Amino acid sequence: MTPEDGRTVVAEAPASASRSKLKLIDCDVHHALRSSKDLLPYMASRWHAHLKEFGRRRPVPFTAASPYPKTAPALSRTDSWPPNGGPPGSDLAFMQEQLLDPYNIEYAMLHLLMSGMDERNQDLGNATCSAINDWQYEHWTQKDKRLKAAIVVPGEDPPAAVREIERWAGNPDFAQVSLVTHAIEPLGRRRYWPIYEAAAALGLPIGLHSSGNNGHAVTSAGWCSYYVEEQHNVALSQQNLAISLVCEGVFERFPALKAVIIEAGFVWVPSVAWRLDQHWGRMRGEVPHLSKKPSEYFRQNIWYTSQPSDEPEKPEYLRQSLDWLGWDRLLFATDYPHWDMDNPEQALKFRMSEAEQRRVFAENARAVYGLA
Amino acid sequence: MNMALPGGIDCDVHPALPGMQALLPYLDAYWQEQVTVRGIDGLDLASFPLQMEAHGRRDWREPGGKPGTSLERLQRDALDGFGSRLAICNPLYGVLAIYNEHFAAAVARAMNDWITAEWLDREPRLRASITVAAQNAEHAVDEIERRAGDARFVQVLLLAQDEAPLGNRRYWPIYAAAERHGLSIGVHAGSTFRHATTSNGWPSYHLEDYAAHSQAFQSNLLSLVHEGVFNKFPALKFVLIESGFTWLPAFMWRANKTWRGVRAEVPWVDRAPGELIRDHVRFTLQPTDSPPTGEDMERLLEQIGSDDMLLFSTDYPHWQFDGQNVWPAGFSDALKRRVLVDNPRNAYPRLKEALQ
Amino acid sequence: MARHVVAAAGEILSGGRKLVTIRGREIGIFNLGGEYFALLNRCPHQGAALCKGTLIGLATSREPGHFELTRRGEMLKCPWHGWEYDIRTGQSWCDPNDTKVRAYPVTVEHGETLVKGPFVAETFQVAVEQDYIVVEV
Repeated sequence: MTPEDGRTVVAEAPASASRSKLKLIDCDVHHALRSSKDLLPYMASRWHAHLKEFGRRRPVPFTAASPYPKTAPALSRTDSWPPNGGPPGSDLAFMQEQLLDPYNIEYAMLHLLMSGMDERNQDLGNATCSAINDWQYEHWTQKDKRLKAAIVVPGEDPPAAVREIERWAGNPDFAQVSLVTHAIEPLGRRRYWPIYEAAAALGLPIGLHSSGNNGHAVTSAGWCSYYVEEQHNVALSQQNLAISLVCEGVFERFPALKAVIIEAGFVWVPSVAWRLDQHWGRMRGEVPHLSKKPSEYFRQNIWYTSQPSDEPEKPEYLRQSLDWLGWDRLLFATDYPHWDMDNPEQALKFRMSEAEQRRVFAENARAVYGLA
Repeated sequence: MNMALPGGIDCDVHPALPGMQALLPYLDAYWQEQVTVRGIDGLDLASFPLQMEAHGRRDWREPGGKPGTSLERLQRDALDGFGSRLAICNPLYGVLAIYNEHFAAAVARAMNDWITAEWLDREPRLRASITVAAQNAEHAVDEIERRAGDARFVQVLLLAQDEAPLGNRRYWPIYAAAERHGLSIGVHAGSTFRHATTSNGWPSYHLEDYAAHSQAFQSNLLSLVHEGVFNKFPALKFVLIESGFTWLPAFMWRANKTWRGVRAEVPWVDRAPGELIRDHVRFTLQPTDSPPTGEDMERLLEQIGSDDMLLFSTDYPHWQFDGQNVWPAGFSDALKRRVLVDNPRNAYPRLKEALQ
Repeated sequence: MARHVVAAAGEILSGGRKLVTIRGREIGIFNLGGEYFALLNRCPHQGAALCKGTLIGLATSREPGHFELTRRGEMLKCPWHGWEYDIRTGQSWCDPNDTKVRAYPVTVEHGETLVKGPFVAETFQVAVEQDYIVVEV
C-alpha cells in the first residue's frame, strides 16, 4: 500500500468561459528543425559536402551560439521540450498536444526562425530557403491542415525571391511571404520592391517576424551588453522597419500590399504614428510620393500581432491603444514555444466584449490571410 | 499664451556656431594653425541640416542665414517671446563625432569658452550645457572640472546615437564627475554616425532618421537602467532632450515585463525599470508628438504616471510648433506650472541659486 | 481544509520535488534540506505549471558588476516567463507585494498519529513507524 501516488494530472487554469469557447487563429507559432540534416533531402548534393566542410556564414561572432545568450535554452519554455527528443517546436505531435488541441486552434501561422536570407553565401542562401519551404510543406502543413506556412525567401536576392514566391503561388498551405527583418537595408528600400510586387499580386501578406543578422549594431546607439536589453531592442527595430515601409512609399506603390509586424506587440504603434505625422507635417517636401499622412498607412496596410502582450498597471490602458489603432489591426499570437509566449486564456488581461474577442482572436486574422 | 502662467525655464535652445572662424580666438596656436592651414570647417551635425525649415523656423532666422547665430534674435524670439526667466543653451556642433580625440577635446574647450564669452556673459538669463569630447572620458572629465566652478553651466551634453549605448561603463567617469558637481546629463537627439541610424541599416530620408531618434532614446534608457547607472549614480538626473515623450508609457510597460523574466542577468537592478525611469529621467517638452485630441493627451499623461517628468522647452530655433503654440492640448494650468518651473528646478540642481 | 498524505518521508530527496493532485488541484511538494514546502502548480502570471520550473538560487548584487548567488535551489523559476518565486513563501521576487503563488502548509507526521483520526485510509497498512509528508488543502 502506498500513499496517494502523485500521478500528474494537468490542472485546468481558470479560463474566462467565453475565451475557452472561442476559435483561435494563432498568428505566431514556431516550428523547428529537429536537426540541420532535415533540410538535406531538399538540397542539391553539392550542398551536403559544402555544409559539412564550411557550414553557414552569417555576420555574427560565434559558430554555434547567439550573440546575446537567451534566458532559456532554445529561447523556449522549459516545459516545451518534446518527450521524443528534438528541440522545442520540432515535434508535430507534441505541438498538437501542448498547443493546437488544448487551445482550440483553428489555424496556426508558422514562422521558422531560421532563414537563408541572411546567409552570406548567396547560392547557399537561395538553396536553403527553397529547402525550408519544401520541408515545411511535406512535414508540417500537409500533416496538419490547421498549419499555414510562410514562403521563406532569399530577400537580398530579389529575383530569386520572386522565383520562390512564384513556385508556391496558389498553394493554400502558404499564407504569406516571410523576410528576415534585420536585413542589409531597411526593408522599405526599393531593392526589395520586386518581392512586394509579387506578394501583392498574389494577395499574400508579407510576414515580418523579428529575425536575422545584418552586421549592424543591434541598437542605433551601438551594441548593448545584455539580453534583457536586446530582447526589447529587437522590438524597437520593428518600429523602424514599419517607419521604413511607410516613408519609402511601399504602400503607395503597392496599395493592396498587407504587412504583418510579428512579435513586436502593438502598444507602440500610436506614438510612432503620431510622431511621424508631426514631423512629416514639417518635412513633407522630402517625401512627395506619400499621398496620405503616415498614420493612415499604419492603420490601413499594416497589422500587428499581440505578443508579447503588455501588462500596464491598469489593463484598461491596452483598450486605449486599441481604440486609437483600430480593433481590426490586432492579430492574436502565442509565440509558442518561446519563453515569453502568451497564454490565450490569460493574456490581454482587460475586458473585451464577445465581438471584440472574436475579432482579436480569429476574425482579423481570417480576413488578413484570406482563410476560410 | 496664457499670461497668468509664470515665466519658466526653457530647457532647450540652440545657439549656433557660425563656423570654425568663430572658434579660432578660443583655440591655442597649434589648433589655430591646423584649422586654418588644413581648411577645417563645416562640422555642423548632419542630424540637423540647418538649411531645412524644420531645423530653423522661417520667422526665427534671417533668409538664407544659419538659424541660431544671433543673440539678439534669441533674446527676442525665445526669451522675451515666451516670457522665460532662464534658457539652457545646448549647442549642437559636431564635437562628439570627431575621430581625432585631441581635436575633439580642443574644439570642446573652445566651444565652452565661446559660449561663455558670447552668450552667457552677454545675457544673464542664459545657462548652458558643457560641451565635452566623450570619445575619451578623461578629456571629458578634464573639461567638466574646468567648467564646474561656473554656476551657469548646469548640464553635460551628450548625443543619443554615439558609439555605445550611454549606460556603457566607458561613460561612467563622466557621470561621476557630473554627479560630484551637481551637473545633470543632457542627452540630445542626434547621431555621431558611428552606427547606422537604425539597426536595420541606413534609411533613405531625413524624416525617417528624425523619427528614429525616439527608438535611439529608448535603447539608451534600456542601457542606463540595465547597466546600473541609476544605482551607481543615484543623485544624477538624465534629461532626454528633443526626444519626444509620448512613447514613454508603452516603453515602460515592455521594459518592466522583460525585466521580470530576465532579472538575474542584471541583479543590481533592484526595482522595475519604469520606477527607475520615473525617478532619474526627465524629458523636454518639444517635440510633443501629440495624439489627435486633448483627451488622448490627458490619458497619455496619466499613463506616464508622474507629473514630475516633463520640462518646458521651445527647442528654439527648431520648428516644432507655429506662432506661440508651444503647449499641446491636454495640459492643465497646474501641470503647465510644474513643467515651466518646478520640474526644471528639480532636474537641474545648479539652477536653484538663480531661482532664489 | 483537510490533511492529505502525499508521500512517505524520505521519498522526496533533498533538492527534489513531487507533483500530486489533491482535490482537483495540482500541487508541488519541495524538499529544501529536510524542510518541506508545497505550492500550487499554477503561476499567478499566466497559469503555467510553475512547479515544473527550474530550481535556482537567488542572484543579488550590491552594485553593478558585483554578483552573488545565495539561497541555492530555494527559488523556483517559472518554466514560461521565468518569474522567480521563493519556495518558502510563494512570493515572487520582482513583485513581492502583488504576486504570490498559493502556498500550503506542510508537516511531517508520524505514521502512528495518522492511524488515529479521520485521515487517509490507504496509509493504515504501512508500517506505523514510518513518517509521512502531509499537506493541508
